[in-house]
This record gives sequence, C-alpha cells and structure tokens, in this order.
Amino acid sequence: MLTIDNLHVSVEGKPILNGINLDVRAGEIHAIMGPNGSGKSTLALAIAGNEDYEVIKGDIIYKNENIIELAAEERAHKGIFMSFQYPVVIPGITVTNFIKTAINANLRARNEDEMPANKMLKKFREKAELLEINSQFLSRSLNEGFSGGEKKRNEIFQMAMLEPSLSILDETDSGLDIDALKVVANGVNKLKNKNNAIILITHYQRLLDYIVPDYVHVLHEGKIVKSGGKELAHELEEKGYDWIK
Amino acid sequence: MPLADKLVSSFLAFELDINFQSPVHNIRTNAIKNFEKLGFPSKKLEDWKYTSLNKVLKEDYTLFSKKKNVLDFKNVKDFFLDNTESYKIVFVDGFYDPFLSQTSHDGIDICIMSAALTKSKYSSIIKKYFNTSIGKNESFSQLNTAFSKEGAYVHIPKNIILEKPIEIIHFATGNESALMLQPRNLIVIEESSQAEIIESHQSLTENPIFTNSVTEIFVAKNAHLDYYKLQNDRLSSSLIDNTYISQKRDSNAKIHTFSFGGKLTRNNLNYFQKGSYINSTMKGVTIIDDNQLVDHHTLVDHTRPNCESHQDYKGIFSGNSTGVFNGKIIVDKIAQKTNAFQQNNNILLNDKSTINSKPQLEIFADDVKCSHGCTIGQLDQDALFYLRARGIPKKEAEALLTYAFANNVLESVNIPGLKSRIKKIIANKLNVKLGFDL
Repeated sequence: MLTIDNLHVSVEGKPILNGINLDVRAGEIHAIMGPNGSGKSTLALAIAGNEDYEVIKGDIIYKNENIIELAAEERAHKGIFMSFQYPVVIPGITVTNFIKTAINANLRARNEDEMPANKMLKKFREKAELLEINSQFLSRSLNEGFSGGEKKRNEIFQMAMLEPSLSILDETDSGLDIDALKVVANGVNKLKNKNNAIILITHYQRLLDYIVPDYVHVLHEGKIVKSGGKELAHELEEKGYDWIK
Repeated sequence: MPLADKLVSSFLAFELDINFQSPVHNIRTNAIKNFEKLGFPSKKLEDWKYTSLNKVLKEDYTLFSKKKNVLDFKNVKDFFLDNTESYKIVFVDGFYDPFLSQTSHDGIDICIMSAALTKSKYSSIIKKYFNTSIGKNESFSQLNTAFSKEGAYVHIPKNIILEKPIEIIHFATGNESALMLQPRNLIVIEESSQAEIIESHQSLTENPIFTNSVTEIFVAKNAHLDYYKLQNDRLSSSLIDNTYISQKRDSNAKIHTFSFGGKLTRNNLNYFQKGSYINSTMKGVTIIDDNQLVDHHTLVDHTRPNCESHQDYKGIFSGNSTGVFNGKIIVDKIAQKTNAFQQNNNILLNDKSTINSKPQLEIFADDVKCSHGCTIGQLDQDALFYLRARGIPKKEAEALLTYAFANNVLESVNIPGLKSRIKKIIANKLNVKLGFDL
C-alpha cells in the first residue's frame, strides 16, 4: 500500500528526515517509535502532505502512485488520513457540519454522489456509538473547549466516518486517560481490517498494549535505526531509547 | 460642472417643485447653505483619510430621475426575504413603488417620507424628530437634508410589538445613464415597543448609482430595535450611509451591517445615548474583493451613567479591496459605570488587500470599563491544513474558515429567513459549496 523510499524532508531548510525507508502492506499495523525530535511527526505530516514539510529527496509511493507532488486534499481523496497530535480548534463550525463537509468533499473528488441525509445520519449514529460519543458532542464547535481526550476521540471518530485506507495516528495516546485510551483503541481495532493499514506514531509503549502492531520501527535523527516485531516495543520500554543510539 | 456645484445650483428648482410644510423648507434651505460651505469631504479630513471619493464624484449623475420604471415582483423577489411575512417599503429609482410595497396605517405608520413631510397629521412627529440628530459639519447629511423628499417613514406608537419585520428596499434600474439617489428615512419606536427592520440598496444595472442615504432613528424608553443593513450591491454602485440613533433609558438598539458589495460603501453609524441603562450593539461583517472599499465609521456617545455599548466588526478582504474601521467612543464625565467594548477582527486573504483600523476612545469618566481590540491576520495555516488533510479542497477550506470566522456575528441575527440568506450570500461570495445546509 505504502512504500517510502529514501525520504529526505526539510522544514524551513533544516533537514529532519534523512533517508526513511518503509513498506506498509494492506492489513498491517506499523508502530513508529522514537524519542522527541527524532522526526516522528515530520514523517506523519510529510505523508499527509503538509507543504511546510519539503521533500528534498526520495519518494512516497501510495497504491502504486508517487504522491509527493499531490496536495493534502488529493492525498485524503485517495484514502490517506492523519489523526493530529494537536487537532485545531475552529469556533463556528460544528463537528457534524465539519465531517459532513469532509465526507461530501471526498465523494465529489471521487466523482461520486453526495451522501444522502438519511444515510449520513445512520453512519453518524453507528460510528458515534463505536466511540461512545453522544449527540451533544456532535453539535459543539469543532474542538472548542474539548479536553485532550475529547479531541483525540474526535480524531478517531473522523477516521471512522471517512473510512480511509491508510491511517497515520500521530501521538493519539497523548492526553488520554486509561479509560479514554481503551475506548479509542477499541475503536481503532474495530476499524482495522485486511484492506486498510495503520501507522501508529507514539513515544510510549502504552498504546501498543491495546493496539498491537505487526511491526515496530525506531526512529532516531531522521532515520529508522531498528525494525522488528511487537516485542521490540517492550524492549524499548525496558531499556529506553539510549540503548538504540 | 462639478457635482457639488450642480447640486447647489439645482436646489432652487427642486425647492419650487415641491410643497412641504414650511419648517421643513427652512431646514432644507439651511442645509444647502451648510453643504455649499462644506462641499464634499476630501482625504485631507481625518475622517476621510483612507477613503477617496474622487472616482465616485466624477460621474455625471442625474439628480432627479423623471422616468418611473416599473418592476415586476417576480424579477426582484430574490431581494426580498424568502418565506417570511413582512411589511415592505419599496422605492424604484427614488420613487415609491406602491405595487411592491406593503405598508400599514393600522395603529402604526409604516409608509413614506413624502407623505410624512407634506401631510398635517404627521407634522407633530416631523417637528419633534426630523433632522434633530445631524451635525452641521456633516456634509453628506446636510446635502441629503437639503434634498430630502422621499424615503421610509416608520412610527410605532407605545406598547406595540411588531410581529413582522419591515423591509426597506431602494432599487435602481438604470433608467438614467448615471443616477444619484438621496433617500431619507425616519424611524420612531415609541416607549416599550419593538421592531425589526431590514434595509438594502439594490442596483439592477451596470450604470453608476450613487446613493447618499440618511436614516434618523429614535428608540424611546424601554423600546427595542433590531436593524439590519444588507449591503450586497453591484460594483457600479456606491453608498454613503448616514445613520443616527438616539436612545432613551432602558432601550436596546442593535444594528447589524453586512457589507458584501458595491464599489464604495461608507457607513457613518452614530449612536447617541440619552438616558441610563441603555444597551447599544453594533455588529458587522464585511467580505469584499476586487477594488471594493468598505469604510465603517462608528460613534457611540455615552452621556449618561450605567449604559453599555458593544461593537463587533469582522472583515475579510481579498483582491485589491480596502477596509476601514474607525470606532469612536466618547464617555462623558457623568457617564460613570459605562461598559464600552469594541472589537475589530480582520483577515486579509492576500497581500494586495488593505485594512485600516483605528479605535478612538475619549473617556472623561473615571469609573468605566472600556476595551478595544483589533486583529489583522491571514487565515490560520494550521487550520487550513487540518481541513485539507480531511479532503476539503483549499478553496472550500478557506471558505469554511472564513464562514466560521464570520459565524458568531450571524448568530445574533434573529430573523431566520435573513440569516439563511446572508449565509447563502457568504457562500456565494466565496464561490464555494459548503457540504451542509446553510
């Protein structure tokens, strides 16, 4: 599904990623771990298409297409989703209206009809239940006054509504208490199937107790310095990142 | 001949042509003298520093249209509220149009100035209110007074809550190659009464239209007025709007100004508080493009204790457009416990658009709460990326953020039909389709 080949990315002229190689197939969950400043979020934002993150060298091949020249919305239309570490607050737009706009924008971009209101409503109900979200939450302004946990839950709710092929979850566990973490993880697990893939970006091993990865990669100074199975996460938990450097 | 000279020299003929009550004759004669002295304001005046009238004044306007065009309702129905019962006072090229209008004399007067200025049954109200709020040095208002003849006249006596809003629409059809209009409106809301009014100036032509409008509003004790100005005119039209609101104690007057169109729009909005416990609210949304200019000059004169004023103006500018916001608040020495708030937030969508924002606070009392804030910025880039990462295309994402930015001003619009219409205009203005019902 996704092949990242020798990816170099700079932000404001400063190199952050220095040759990332990564292969993600449909049905897989990959965890990217690493200390602060290792380039984890940069990798997420570069895949999602943030223009501030300049690809200097290398390719991002998604579903057999090089996407490095595509705008963020075009990548979304092709099924790439990013759950933000810091979701933005937009007063004046409700969660519902925002998600409806996004769903219909994606459908239009794929030359499909907009979703009829009854189908939309049904989907909202179904996915809200999955993430234990009430209807009051949906009529609030997007992320305005949301707790850290509510923001993250809202991110995964959007993932559920948009049904992407590739989801990149950037520090989804930060700001979550254990109960919220379980709800979010349970949601992610239910959304997972053999046709989609997930990249989990996390500093801590905690999330990986609930969402079990097939592969774990350790990022250090903009490079993947070690890859392994889920046991690598436990090893990191015990020994810390210094061991890897 | 320069427009000012043309106006002055046509005054006598105009004056001979109509038969007003004599006090009005004197008022008008004095007004033309004042205008002759003042002329049109130039950029040398502090209040006109950012707004040049040159392009507007250079046209050869017909001052009094002779021809009376007839408009068919079905061709202009989009300019009226949809699915909303309302009173209507409609003018076409400066003439009252009885077919498009729906006036009332049923315990209230919702009719026209030409009747109010000539018929004796209105003379006590005219004498009490007409031209009582306008300063001698205000050249446009003096000019309007000199030629005041037609416009809306609304008088709501005590203890009446109007159930339907009043729509005041001034159409211009292009029957003249260039036309100047000077409507004069008088609104009197008596004690404990309530009214909602929507005013618009709508050109239907590419011919230049220049409107110099004066509206005097009087809101009596415990009365409540919601007034909406919808300015969504063509690029060939310019508007100088001079509005004066005098409030008595315990009254509440809100003016929303939605400025989306026109070549040049200048809003001179003046509030005079003449009692205690008054609430005055001014809200505005400006969204302009191309070479448009919208200039808001507000004045709130706090003269009594325990009053409030709230100002919240938002502007969104693209193309080569220019915005001006000048908010003046005066708090007299005796106006203790005044709460005066002023907020002006702007977004420049490109680097060619301009906003000039200036608060002007003159506070002579010591126990007051006054605040002002002004922001000028671009759309939040993080928010824009967030929306795009969800698949919302850039243009639509910008529109959604712009819409969100303006939205809290729309929240206080109390007429659902008007609110949805304004939301549609905003979506239209930004040339996008939002993915939900407006």
